[in-house]
Amino acid sequence: MKPAAFDYHRPDSIEEACALLAEHGADSRILSGGQSLVPLMNMRILSPAVLIDINRCRDLAYLREEGGVIACGALTRQGEAETSDLVAARLPLMAAAMPHVGVRANRNFGTVCGSLAHADPLAELPSVASALDATFVIASSRGRREVGADEFFVSALTNCLEPDEMLAEVRLPAIPEGARCAFLEIANRAHGFAVAGIAACVEFGPDGRCSRARLSAMGAGDTTARLGSVEALIEGQRLDDALIRAAGAEAAAAADPAGDVHADSAYRAEVIGSLVRKVLRQMQGAVVER
Amino acid sequence: MSAKKVTVRMKVNGKDYVREVEPRYLMADFLRHELQLTGTHIGCEHGVCGACTVLINGKTGRSCLQFAAALDGAEITTVEGIAGDGPLHPVQEAFHDAHALQCGYCTPGFLMTTIEFLKTNPEPDRDEIQQALTNNMCRCTGYVNIIDAVEDAAKRLREGAREA
Repeated sequence: MKPAAFDYHRPDSIEEACALLAEHGADSRILSGGQSLVPLMNMRILSPAVLIDINRCRDLAYLREEGGVIACGALTRQGEAETSDLVAARLPLMAAAMPHVGVRANRNFGTVCGSLAHADPLAELPSVASALDATFVIASSRGRREVGADEFFVSALTNCLEPDEMLAEVRLPAIPEGARCAFLEIANRAHGFAVAGIAACVEFGPDGRCSRARLSAMGAGDTTARLGSVEALIEGQRLDDALIRAAGAEAAAAADPAGDVHADSAYRAEVIGSLVRKVLRQMQGAVVER
Repeated sequence: MSAKKVTVRMKVNGKDYVREVEPRYLMADFLRHELQLTGTHIGCEHGVCGACTVLINGKTGRSCLQFAAALDGAEITTVEGIAGDGPLHPVQEAFHDAHALQCGYCTPGFLMTTIEFLKTNPEPDRDEIQQALTNNMCRCTGYVNIIDAVEDAAKRLREGAREA
């Protein structure tokens, strides 16, 4: 038994889960898929006194379209999103990123919202949510509130949730028809910790110029972050080779990556520039690369 | 400090069990210490090495990343359950014939991962096999024979399906 002892609760509804969070606050953690939480508990980096297991809250497991927005509940498994026709059709960027999220044994249990709440700057789903202007629906016994990715991701492994709050749902606006999406990442070992990654979704006007560019980077800073200066450089322009080179250089210059055992800061910045060039090059063709 | 115990009911390899466990009891330890099913091996204990992979309600999961208490009501298959007392499972036979195990510590995890993989991809190429096994570690580094075995297992399973 590696983790420290904890009290275990198994609520049947989100209301019960929120009541338990209100009672135990910062001593407690939500357990959904456990694929990020349990390793931290096994290593005793985290020792919550109370675990609130939401796996019986079956009405939190859903993926549905509501007026052009795809709503994903707190108990929706990554593997369900990976094989979902709705995700493939309406959120091709998420579909492209999903095979990079852990391995199948992780995705069978890990949840989309759990990975978002874990807020790892080197994880795939936060960068997808950030690139797609996701709305995070936060629940507590005090009510509900909604925040965007900028507010939700505070720093490495830190989200904006108060101790009595949980992430109930993430809402992702469907990607417009004709937009081009690409997701690329570099890791020293497949499915190991990434060096860096880019999630990108670019829309083009009838004149062939980029009308809207959304790029988000994994590994560029202490949270997943949009590459605002790169987006500004691309919008209104034709995606030619000179622009792609300039975009890569801007991404590398703007990045402020952490250094760790997998990659130092300068190398990460170079990889980010290179990945930006690669995703944009994929979009030059007529075919949507996933 | 020890927390209040929780009652766990589980069907493992077709047999029903009821146990009282501490909530922090990991599924891997539950299998090995409570049920004496020591075929499931424990390597890294944080979800990286794949040695403890079992089938949970038919899907692979890392038993070191699951609390037994949270799997109350689940159906589990471990390496002991894939062939029971009968002849070896075709994946086991293929591993045996290709010498795809050296010390054997990682083998149960590879077998469980392979069984799920070949259900969803009955005719994989070597690249796909390598991808599917990427997070099962073999510290004897016997990967070439393991990939051979999975290729052969796929063939055996396809032939078996045709005969059936």
